[in-house]
Amino acid sequence: MSALRFGGRRAAASAAALALPLLLGAGAGSWIGWHSVAAAPAPRDVVIDNFAFGPATLTVPRGSTVTWTNKDDDPHTVVSDSDPKLFKSGALDTDDTFTFTFNEAGTFKYFCTIHPRMQGTVIVQ
Amino acid sequence: MSDTTKMPERHEPGAGPSRRNLLKCMMAGSAGVLWSVAGGVPMPFDLGSGKAFAATGDFTFMQISDTHIGFKAPANPDPEATLKDALAKVAAVRPTMLLHTGDVSHLTKPEQFEQAAAIMKSTGLETHYVPGEHDTINDDGKSFFERFGHDKRTAGGWYSFDQAGVHFIGLINVVNLRPGGLGYLGPDQLAWLAADLKGKTASTPIVVFTHMPMWTVSAAWGWGTDDAEPAIAQLKRFGSVTVLNGHIHQVIQKVEGNVRLQTAYSTAFPQAKPDTPGASPGPLKVAADQLKSVLGVRRVDVVRDQAVTLTDATLAA
Repeated sequence: MSALRFGGRRAAASAAALALPLLLGAGAGSWIGWHSVAAAPAPRDVVIDNFAFGPATLTVPRGSTVTWTNKDDDPHTVVSDSDPKLFKSGALDTDDTFTFTFNEAGTFKYFCTIHPRMQGTVIVQ
Repeated sequence: MSDTTKMPERHEPGAGPSRRNLLKCMMAGSAGVLWSVAGGVPMPFDLGSGKAFAATGDFTFMQISDTHIGFKAPANPDPEATLKDALAKVAAVRPTMLLHTGDVSHLTKPEQFEQAAAIMKSTGLETHYVPGEHDTINDDGKSFFERFGHDKRTAGGWYSFDQAGVHFIGLINVVNLRPGGLGYLGPDQLAWLAADLKGKTASTPIVVFTHMPMWTVSAAWGWGTDDAEPAIAQLKRFGSVTVLNGHIHQVIQKVEGNVRLQTAYSTAFPQAKPDTPGASPGPLKVAADQLKSVLGVRRVDVVRDQAVTLTDATLAA
């Protein structure tokens, strides 16, 4: 059951990830028409599922707001490795979300302080 | 006056004499001195006074773990009820005291701590706690220690006490966890442990209780403690060491010489066997009528001059 649910969510996430480049590609002939949409800081998603951040490495443009959603039955946190902490969520219970806006370019590693084997990276360009 | 009893050579480095050799020792003992075992260590038994030199009283205590009060997912929508079932099992044994090896709450929330404390209080038993990682989310255990920290603790929260000749040590391996790591004790706690054990005779039975396993059950699942080894190394000179923990919601045992390590059942929900393909270290849903057969409590009997015995019983038993 959970494998099926997982597959379903993963398929949905992949479709979402593909949507933007496809739209941009399709809109290349009418670029101006898409420009205002593409330029706005797009929200980006990380799904926490089966004790893993997905995608484990997320690349976003500067100014992006990233949203983490916990789909596990166990709580997780999203806390930057850096000291002092750049971002630090509370305990995310099932379906809880955490957002952070990355205004600086760089590579930002983070982990779950409850299950520190869970690690992820956000690359801000 | 007594004869000198020569002990046969030890067969295992670091371990006490084998049972066979010990029996030989006992037979070789003169009328004045017998060899008995206290805390796993052979002790001369003075027939004149009729007393063993290491006084270890008989007593029974119990362990519960991973109560996860506040959890409400399908693996167990009512962990308060199963905790009450577990405490009924405890009450039936009438132990001297109770250990709780962490994850009292599910989310470190004040109302979850309060609810857990209210249920635990119903036992009327002296209870000693160590936190799990679910009890220390974002505050390094501050609110947990405020609620359950009645023991005389160090600044870091770890502590020890003596009961009936047994030395109990509560270690904390769920705070300051590092990215990519497992459980963590840290140099301050290891130094404290060395000081705490200093001067203790090898025949003192030691019971360590902590949340995460003190050996690596599964690195991929985070079921271990990064710096467990230097802690265990300090315990090896003792004749009887029992290390009790929770975290993995199932019973797995490891024996290393005189050191016996054993994980415990949860009272809330089970978890998969370590590294089960396709599974995760999260809650495992079983059929509702099976739940009580995968939750449980532990009874620990400390009997004078004999090994500490552990008995795990499910809530269905």
